[in-house]
Amino acid sequence: MRLKLVKSETNFDFLGLRKLAAIVSAALVIGSIAIFAIMGLNFGIDFRGGTTIEARTQGPADLAVIRSVTSGLGLGDVSVQEFGRPDDVLIQVEEQPGDGDAQMEVVTIVRVALEEALPGIEIRRVEVVGPKVSGELIQAGVMAILLAVGAVLIYIWLRFEWQFSLGAVAALVHDVIITIGVFSLVQLEFNLSIIAALLTIVGYSLNDTVVVFDRVRENLRRFKQKPLIEVLNLSINETLSRTVMTSVTTLIALLSLYFLGGEVIRGFTFGMILGVIVGTYSSIFVASVILLWLGVKRDWSKPDPEAAGVQFGSPDAP
Amino acid sequence: MLYFAPWKKALVLGLCLLGVVFATPNLWYDLADDAGQARREIAQLAEFGGTPDAELTARAEQWPSFAPVNVVNLGLDLRGGAHLLVEVNIEDVVVERMQSLRADARQALRDAGVRQYTNLRAEDDNVSVRITNAAEIDLALEALGGLAQQVTDLSLGAVTPDLLIRPEDDQRIRISLSETEEREVVNRTMNTSLEIVRRRIDAAGTREPTIQRQGERRILIQVPGVGSAEELIDLIGTTAKLSFHMVDSTTGNLTRAPGPGKIIYPDIEDVGLGYIVDRRALVSGEELDDAQPGFDPQTGEPVVNFRFNNSGARKFGRATAENVGRPFAVVLDGEVITAPTIREPILGGSGQISGSFTVESAQQLAILLRAGALPASISVLEQRTVGPGLGADSVAAGQVATVIAFVAVLVFMFLSYGTFGLFANIALILNVAMIMALLSVIGATLTLPGIAGIVLTIGMAVDANVLIFERIREELRRSKGVARAIETGYERAFSAIIDANVTTFIAAVILFAIGSGPVRGFAVTLGVGIITSVFTAVMVTRLMVATYYDKRRPKTLEV
Repeated sequence: MRLKLVKSETNFDFLGLRKLAAIVSAALVIGSIAIFAIMGLNFGIDFRGGTTIEARTQGPADLAVIRSVTSGLGLGDVSVQEFGRPDDVLIQVEEQPGDGDAQMEVVTIVRVALEEALPGIEIRRVEVVGPKVSGELIQAGVMAILLAVGAVLIYIWLRFEWQFSLGAVAALVHDVIITIGVFSLVQLEFNLSIIAALLTIVGYSLNDTVVVFDRVRENLRRFKQKPLIEVLNLSINETLSRTVMTSVTTLIALLSLYFLGGEVIRGFTFGMILGVIVGTYSSIFVASVILLWLGVKRDWSKPDPEAAGVQFGSPDAP
Repeated sequence: MLYFAPWKKALVLGLCLLGVVFATPNLWYDLADDAGQARREIAQLAEFGGTPDAELTARAEQWPSFAPVNVVNLGLDLRGGAHLLVEVNIEDVVVERMQSLRADARQALRDAGVRQYTNLRAEDDNVSVRITNAAEIDLALEALGGLAQQVTDLSLGAVTPDLLIRPEDDQRIRISLSETEEREVVNRTMNTSLEIVRRRIDAAGTREPTIQRQGERRILIQVPGVGSAEELIDLIGTTAKLSFHMVDSTTGNLTRAPGPGKIIYPDIEDVGLGYIVDRRALVSGEELDDAQPGFDPQTGEPVVNFRFNNSGARKFGRATAENVGRPFAVVLDGEVITAPTIREPILGGSGQISGSFTVESAQQLAILLRAGALPASISVLEQRTVGPGLGADSVAAGQVATVIAFVAVLVFMFLSYGTFGLFANIALILNVAMIMALLSVIGATLTLPGIAGIVLTIGMAVDANVLIFERIREELRRSKGVARAIETGYERAFSAIIDANVTTFIAAVILFAIGSGPVRGFAVTLGVGIITSVFTAVMVTRLMVATYYDKRRPKTLEV
């Protein structure tokens, strides 16, 4: 007996839901942009500059004491919060006026004050990012995402047709915007590793979209007379089992990492989990819907239906 | 399609075997790591003709000598350590150069007999002068032209002057560095800085530091096993420019004009006290041969003992002989440490700096003086330090998460695809082994996000197999024969697998190119994981499926 998440042959009318999907997606995207505009991202020190200190106290940390110690140091805005467990604290100090050296001194000041007030405290991690670097990291982050999207646009355009390319990129942008929206909403720290998560989402979402498109391309050649909407529905249904399987295995791995991988990468895994869910949705309801709206050229140059779908040829072919 | 040529079979099996063999050392990480280190030390000894002692040999023999010993490098976030990104302020060097160029220009104009000029001044990156007598401009240009030297531009392969000397409106002449020389200054300054930073860190006795130039004017310093970067910053951030100057007088007004050829340096301790000294140094720290911390035999205070090299000793001897009874100042990074009076000529070339040192500060100053002064000041741009406790916790958490993810995916695959799921699982295990093997062999660094990359790869690696298996199921439903279904399944799934993985690979490459530190570690494992997972899915499971089909010749197939 096999475990089957999706029964062998499905015939859902996915594109029949396109109006609803369009409304949902539009609402999510507009909502995300609005939340981002109103609440903004909770930028970590990678992008904002400043100092992060993770410390472990003996016994449960008294956040009030730590707050009063750190706020009396004249370092401006200092946030103190529990980090994963009751005896771990995360202290974040805003960027100090002046250059990188001024930031570095913060560590000594805070360390000395903490060690005096709470003997036995262990400084577990220190991160200081000066103003020069934080500016560059923002640039590099934005650049990375734009480059990735651009590269993908070109790759899909080369391998498919421009309509596919636009559909895939629309799905990507959709996923990235929603992820940023959720990060604004829950005010989770947005740092360099979240950029990495976003890029992986870009990769994953595409992975999903490309598999569907690959099947669309094949079915377009196979059923020359079938209306596009039916071809799309058929392709999504045919690949549905795989879509669900892969999403589930990836989610299993990510959930394990989220719950067991430690506090430091929790934000990162949260971003990825979000991305897998949104990415799976968007390859069906955004990429394919856009493809339907744009329409595709049906006149494929290779008429042989048997050879359809194999562009690279099989590795064994002579 | 289901037929594998013997050589191909051997190749696939061989690669899998290699993967497993090269991944094994990671299972006994500490042992293999230690043995590997011992092996490297022995090799180094052999190079200098030395023989290893019993302990070293014993350490190396902990691991069978025929087996590969490389393990994955753990990043600083996993084993603890300090990461510093610093910038060398090259402007310092240019400003200094302009100051001395100004003095040279004055001399050159005087020698050439150009008397009528005003406004000879040094700016941050140029020196300018206004020749008041228009008739003397050509003469001045020729005289100043003599200051330029020919330098070889390696990138152009040509010889060009190091200075640009241009006449401007209003009878001005402006001297600045040529482009070639600017590049040269940057390279020279960076190379010296790198060397000095390296010497300082080595002298402080840290193990396996990484010190590399990054970009045009930055240095990345990574020192494993250091719990706090503050000492490291003190050690690196100090310019340590030492010089000896004759003192004119002391002053309470640090901002007054010191007079031509003079400069005011503040006292290091006494706030508000300044010394007016000759701008020209008697001797500078570059002529030091050695510096050691010690104690003053009379007072018992910590001091720094130093010794000049020959030319330094000669200069210092002559200067002290000419100036008996006058005070001279010991200046470190623009501050006067001490200003003793010369009682008798100091001819031996050795001396002692006493200030208000502690034992540690005397020791640190000695290290800094021995290593030499940085040509320019350094500012710290970024610091990331992870304590060993957190690193160990992260490794433990990462291991648990990986194992659980792994087991869960294996079970899920088996439940979903039965025998074929088992094939995919074996491929998955081989896949992880290959990732570890590749990372070990190329000496990549495994970071916490890198572990996340592996876990994600585990989740995604099954994708290729899922694509194939789902396709085979479909083909079976179209009631093709078993062999035909398997064949078309592989064939048809192939383009989707390639397209899907190429796109993810693009993201990994971009992450690697743009990211830094831990993010880069993630990109490496993701990229490596994509390559190995495509290989294991397309080649390894297919080999298993083909062998299975060959042996069983099933009439019907349940995938």
